[in-house]
Amino acid sequence: MRQGLDREGGWQRLHPLSPLTRIGRLAPVIVLSFLLTFVHGNGQQGPLYYPVGITAASVVFGFVHWLVTRWKIEGDTLRIETGLIRHDSKRLPLARIQAVDVVRPLLARLLGVSELRIRLAGSGGSDGRLAYLSESTALEVRERLLRTPAAPGPVAGAGGQAAPDPASALSSGASLPEHIMASVPSGRLIGSVAFSGLTLVLLAIAVALLVLAVTAPKTAAAVGGFLAVYIFSFAGGLWRRLANEFHFEAVEAPEGVRVRRGLLQTVSETIPYGRIQAVRKMEPLLWRPMGWCRLEVDIAGGGRTAQRGEGSGVVRKALLPVGSAQDAWHLIDRLVGGTQPVMTPPPAQARKKAPLSYHFLSAGYDKDHAVCVTGRVRKVTTWVPLEKSQSIRRVQGPVQRRLGLASVHIDAAGKATRAEFRDRSVAEADDLVEELSELSRAARQHRTVSLAERASAGGSPVPSGWYPDPSGRHEQRYWREGVWTEHVSDRGATAVDLL
Amino acid sequence: MRRAELTLVTVIVALAVGLIFGAALGALACGISVLVVLVAGALSSWFVRNRFRAWRYQERHEDLIVARGVMVRRLSVVPYGRMQFVEVTAGPIERLFNLSTVRLHTAAAASDARIPGLERGESARLRDRLTELGESKAAGM
Repeated sequence: MRQGLDREGGWQRLHPLSPLTRIGRLAPVIVLSFLLTFVHGNGQQGPLYYPVGITAASVVFGFVHWLVTRWKIEGDTLRIETGLIRHDSKRLPLARIQAVDVVRPLLARLLGVSELRIRLAGSGGSDGRLAYLSESTALEVRERLLRTPAAPGPVAGAGGQAAPDPASALSSGASLPEHIMASVPSGRLIGSVAFSGLTLVLLAIAVALLVLAVTAPKTAAAVGGFLAVYIFSFAGGLWRRLANEFHFEAVEAPEGVRVRRGLLQTVSETIPYGRIQAVRKMEPLLWRPMGWCRLEVDIAGGGRTAQRGEGSGVVRKALLPVGSAQDAWHLIDRLVGGTQPVMTPPPAQARKKAPLSYHFLSAGYDKDHAVCVTGRVRKVTTWVPLEKSQSIRRVQGPVQRRLGLASVHIDAAGKATRAEFRDRSVAEADDLVEELSELSRAARQHRTVSLAERASAGGSPVPSGWYPDPSGRHEQRYWREGVWTEHVSDRGATAVDLL
Repeated sequence: MRRAELTLVTVIVALAVGLIFGAALGALACGISVLVVLVAGALSSWFVRNRFRAWRYQERHEDLIVARGVMVRRLSVVPYGRMQFVEVTAGPIERLFNLSTVRLHTAAAASDARIPGLERGESARLRDRLTELGESKAAGM
């Protein structure tokens, strides 16, 4: 496989077992159709046309798909060609690759293959998929694809070496010691799922049904049948959470936080530092005795949705399904810089408008982020980097107007993520709007040393100067104070090319 | 424009209600129901006027400010660099009055920068200016 990768220009096939693995995706349908025929046949063998037909068709389709799919790395693009009737040829420029996820469904794990999902910057729909590759090839291709990075500086893995050539960057990148930032023990995850609102609802339903069954069995049966759909979907939700977030591990990587998780299907995905739009920490009421919290991040450019519109192209990912406050702080420190701005509570009039959550409301900002805390039952702390803020709004409802209050929202990209300075006095709100727009403009204009560099360089900044161009388009690119500039040079002649 | 829509709707509803009640319950019921509908129409027309008057926008050096609302007052500050695209729409009734709506889209769904009821020339100017500013100030995501 190794020489296969290096042989540039040669087309490669997917792993020969992929047609078989692809059937795994259809497994539920096949099983269901078998079951249906069985049930319809009243216990004896009914006609097996449908299930057998579906299975055969999926095998044939899988095989044809495997036959016509090929891929290769050609210079600085990855090309994937597929399709028998509708030919589909994709070119993914390596410089625009955001992240490469490795996904292994159960069947693929048994067969020792994995799927690569390649996410590009900007475009939502044109993500690449290679399903399936052998495990070693998948890892190798991932390293290869991430070798020409957009984010990490000249030290990406090469520890202070002035001009690392790609080969050494690859080898040292591959052998980079993994620093585990957080992991979730199975017991704690199960506990967290058990102590969630969904479980409570399920339990309540079960108890109610039991009581009903004792007092009025007929009604119980009717209500039970009516509620069955909900019970199944709730239980399914709980199961999905458990299965998706099992064996959760967050590992520090040069390009971001690498997350590994999954019970049956394992996923290894990267959350790039620079794409984080907002970080949320949630502390539900039921978890509070244990001191647990959950961290979620909103990332741009993960969109599997092809639709164009507001809030699309932003995905929410769990960064820590459940963890101690200390774990959370550690991660937040890495992700948003850790400086905790001074938090201030809203004025006393706000007590009249929000008597319950008043004690929890607080918000603050510094020159890099806005932070706010809201909610009583489910306490949510939101960090929005001002550099990423999309718009700033002041909202004042009728009750707030009577009390002389107003809220200021800092909108982050996405459907409904925002930091909210809730129930501030009108004068303060007006000041906040001005000041926050000013600060976010400043934050956008000179992007200070990005956190990715701080994290990967381990505190030792790389001196400014000319280094090999990470995008591969030019010989050298100028590196200044932790960021690549648009100045490039080819054979001594300088030019400007935006990264 | 909205008032034209409202007047139209009010008249139609008043006629319909009047006819139904008139046929079913007699002339008195007919008169009362028509009166109720007309008063409701007048009231909402007043609301719409206030709402329209509260809608203002301001082009600043770096951002666009849109303020609106009577009951719930909202003010959005959208930096030009954050604009993804500008949308100009004109519905049939808007077209009748030579008006259109300009809408700014950012990556956040909540940004809510919509300016309705602009004259055609003004909306075209605003659109061009916003696009131009957006390009020059684009900061990327």
